[in-house]
Amino acid sequence: MRLIADLFLLIGSAFAFLGALGLLRMPDVYNRIQAGTKAVTLGALAFLIGAALLFPQWWAKLLCILGFILFTSPVSSSTIARAIYLSGVKPWQARAPESGPVSAEPTEGRP
Amino acid sequence: MTPNLLETLAAILLGAALLIALVRFVLGPTAPDRVVAADTLTVITTIAIAGLALVLASPVYLDVALVFGVLAFVGVVAIARAIEGGRS
Amino acid sequence: MNHTSADPRPSVGHYLFSVLVLALLWLLLAGSLKAAELTAAFAVGAVVTAMTGSRLAVLAGVRLSPLAPLHLLRYLAVFLFALVRANLDMARRVLSPSLPLRPAVVEVETRLRSSLGRMLLANSITLTPGTLAVDVRGDRILVHWVDCAPGTDLDQATRAISHAFERHIRGFLK
Repeated sequence: MRLIADLFLLIGSAFAFLGALGLLRMPDVYNRIQAGTKAVTLGALAFLIGAALLFPQWWAKLLCILGFILFTSPVSSSTIARAIYLSGVKPWQARAPESGPVSAEPTEGRP
Repeated sequence: MTPNLLETLAAILLGAALLIALVRFVLGPTAPDRVVAADTLTVITTIAIAGLALVLASPVYLDVALVFGVLAFVGVVAIARAIEGGRS
Repeated sequence: MNHTSADPRPSVGHYLFSVLVLALLWLLLAGSLKAAELTAAFAVGAVVTAMTGSRLAVLAGVRLSPLAPLHLLRYLAVFLFALVRANLDMARRVLSPSLPLRPAVVEVETRLRSSLGRMLLANSITLTPGTLAVDVRGDRILVHWVDCAPGTDLDQATRAISHAFERHIRGFLK
């Protein structure tokens, strides 16, 4: 039992680490948000499941924290993305792809 | 409880994640980058506080994690709205 | 943008739903099922619902039907699967030295009417493979897509990104 719990804890930490690494490596703000939010949210999910396996009597509070993170983490990142988008930052474009133009309408939804 | 090898490794990974996110927070280069880094930092910190509850085997820290998460969320959203309002 | 005008007034059922959810949250936080806690939970739920009653228009998006919990569970399963897939995808991108990215901003159409439903859809989009909801404008959601094929139009984007979620969300939200 403890081994499974530890594996979950390890997976959670690894995803949190990957999220932070993505935050450092990605070329622009939007991609950083993507890497940060997704990986860290799954990291929290796995870590808290691991914690619940380790201490089953805490499941209620862990469920609260988990639900809260699952609900608010995308909200806050979407809010940041919206703020950045409205303040006029354009998405980063990879230059010189293998064939043709990078993307037909990269800014099609702009106001 | 005393952490075994896997748990120590998990703690080290979490610490490294916090440090890397902090590097992005310090480097910037723009204000939105710092907000994104701060957002990621708060979620990782929430996980880390939950991990502290495990190590100390005391459920009080889970409440700390929950309250920290709530306040951090409000803070990040407030800062995001501030950036948005500051557009020219 | 007006966020609440699309929502009709909540019914009595929605207020009861609110009381129930708040009481459940209280019980989860308290972590016990004693009579005192139960009383406190429902009392607090009722007081909070009464205090915020006029602003609960958001709740009107909840579909109160016996099948709704089933749809919610199915949605959660789809969502968890997508979350894991999103992360494996993201891990691959982060760890590969060349950072394979083709980012673009596309629009996605939704037929969900309530603001709660749109918010949940936007949340799901943010947590699924390579997409990030940027803004909600009427029945369009702006999405930043990490790996967008050149020349993707509205329909293709909708099918690729949001269709699966929307089908499930419609089961329990309007």
